Amino acid sequence: MAAPLSYLGVGLDRPRVGVFEFTSCEGCQLQLVNNEATLLDFLNLIELVNFREAMSERSDDYDIALVEGSISRADEVARLKEIRTNARLLVALGSCACFGGVNQLKNRFGDLDWVKKKVYGDFPIASQEVRPLADFVAVDLMIYGCPPKKEEIEKVVTNLVVGKKVAMPKYPVCMECKANENICLFTLGEPCLGPITRAGCDAWCPNHRRGCWGCRGPAEAANVRELEAIMARHGFSREAMLDRLECFGGFSSQVAALRGQPRRPRKARSSKRS
Amino acid sequence: MKRSRTIQLNHLPRVEGHGNIHIRVQQGKVVEARWEVVETPRFFEAMLIGKLWENAPYLCGRICGICSIGHTLASIRAVENAFGIVPSEQTTTLRLLLKHMETLQSHILHLYFLAAPDFLGVGSLLALTQSHPTEVQRALRLKLLANDACDLIGGRRLHPTRTVVGGFTMLPEKAQLEHLAQRLAAAQEDLAAAADLFGGFTIPHFARETEFVSLKGDHDYPFIGGELISSDGVIKKEDEYQAMTNEYCAEGFTAKLSRLSRDSYAVGALARLNNNFGHLHPAARTVAKRLGLAPVNHNPFMANLAQLVECVHVVHDSLSLIKKLLRRKRQAPRVALKPRKGYGVGAVEVPRGILYHAYEFDQEGRIVKADCVIPTSQNHANIQHDLQALARQWAAQGQADADIELLAQMLVRAYDPCISCSVH
Repeated sequence: MAAPLSYLGVGLDRPRVGVFEFTSCEGCQLQLVNNEATLLDFLNLIELVNFREAMSERSDDYDIALVEGSISRADEVARLKEIRTNARLLVALGSCACFGGVNQLKNRFGDLDWVKKKVYGDFPIASQEVRPLADFVAVDLMIYGCPPKKEEIEKVVTNLVVGKKVAMPKYPVCMECKANENICLFTLGEPCLGPITRAGCDAWCPNHRRGCWGCRGPAEAANVRELEAIMARHGFSREAMLDRLECFGGFSSQVAALRGQPRRPRKARSSKRS
Repeated sequence: MKRSRTIQLNHLPRVEGHGNIHIRVQQGKVVEARWEVVETPRFFEAMLIGKLWENAPYLCGRICGICSIGHTLASIRAVENAFGIVPSEQTTTLRLLLKHMETLQSHILHLYFLAAPDFLGVGSLLALTQSHPTEVQRALRLKLLANDACDLIGGRRLHPTRTVVGGFTMLPEKAQLEHLAQRLAAAQEDLAAAADLFGGFTIPHFARETEFVSLKGDHDYPFIGGELISSDGVIKKEDEYQAMTNEYCAEGFTAKLSRLSRDSYAVGALARLNNNFGHLHPAARTVAKRLGLAPVNHNPFMANLAQLVECVHVVHDSLSLIKKLLRRKRQAPRVALKPRKGYGVGAVEVPRGILYHAYEFDQEGRIVKADCVIPTSQNHANIQHDLQALARQWAAQGQADADIELLAQMLVRAYDPCISCSVH
């Protein structure tokens, strides 16, 4: 159907791509169709053979699996392993797939029954601790972010098509933010995790005067103690820092080290509405 | 004609999230017609407990990958109501403009990417790039416009950055708003062509008397806050939302379900249009008439056309909002705030229907209790009842399996379900 693909006159094969999702908002996959200006060119690079959210056709024969979401139920483990068997290359797409994402916040209570009861009462519901993909299968590549940048997804896929190495920045968001000549969020009185979070988003939130929430996980040699000192200088407590640091799961080992035990929630004291 | 048959469709394609359709016919009679929701729950209402107030909008936007802006705005409204914050007129106007652009983006995504392939007999938009290139280009142009506008006002099309409790972190420049107005004016031609395309589709014949729930418009077609209304005559205040939603759990659904005066009710574009038709922009009403859509319409498949009518409305209304913004002197982007102990509800009409967020805070502004009621969870029971009625109708008519399977899928898709959202 599509014309043969070539780069600088050298013929290329279109990889067969499948897009899959587990416990998530499915926003990462929507990012795939969210860059309307380049969408048709992007789709021409690959042969999309399985993308439930966008197409009825389904094939188990694919080279690359883009997998969104975290794992939180037994049937998801089985389905993920099947995808791993089918795919030559498995890409974890977005923070939920890479680190558990916001979903892993439920783990911090260390009491799954309490969590289930809080939402569903006595109604039986199957759910287990939220884990990233790499806890169950080998993950070949990670595309970080909540949401991931469409440009980054396109770059990664293009590199895979032409056989180029994929490298993610190891330096922190702070570097990109400075390069963009933004006013430091701390100067504006806002907490920010930019000093320790892995770059590659082009300081997406700080560009909009929103502090970094650490969705891309730690930069190389992230110095959380130094961030704590910066936070303290600007009047933010360790607890306020942890409150933000724990949100996307990328810093779970740092949070555990600083906090020690899993935290039981303060029992809701109120109310007539509970 | 076969008298006994089973249709089992797992993980229905071209919808957001994971749902199954199960229909069993024996001797020409429907013994079973089930809509099942098997999505894994994420437990947002539990995970928020103990976290500081500022997390609520930032995290709750992540309930949904399609309507993250709507979730963020509902969450912000709930926090502001709890803290007693009244946003400036500029903020209110910008939020509505942002909301409109999400509505446009989401409706166009649904209409062209998810719904249209069924009416044109293909499996996805990919096939349409070959057979209907002009229409695909038009869809992408409209979606790009809406997404660019969301970037401009909200900072980011998915999981917005600029939207905060008290207002915005940054404001769009005057020239950017003027440019947006030009693009919106130009988009009207694309929407007229969309109305031609969708007006030509054969909408399945089906009607089942339904209760419709939405915000109640006083002077405008309502999107953010205000009273709640049902077409069966129930009217409640925003913070009495639980009297409208009456959530319960049921086997076969990892989402909670809702009911009001009957076994189920519907929310979404068709509900909004049925309850507030008179408040639509005149241009949108004209398109509605052309498409044969007048209140009260009980055919769920017409929800597709209701979305198209809303696209026309939001584009026209956005032009007025931009005019208003350009006329007024610029105010500070956000107002200062002080957390306090309290309870607040935010009701917002997001693309798939009315959404509620409610939080209770302690005196430090930590979340003590959180509740989110999602449009699609309110629709699940209605989808189930529609599916049963439809299956009976088809079985009686002796339709072919392939047709029944397609129509059942089209019915679910007409609700534009956001299943992972409903199982938050």
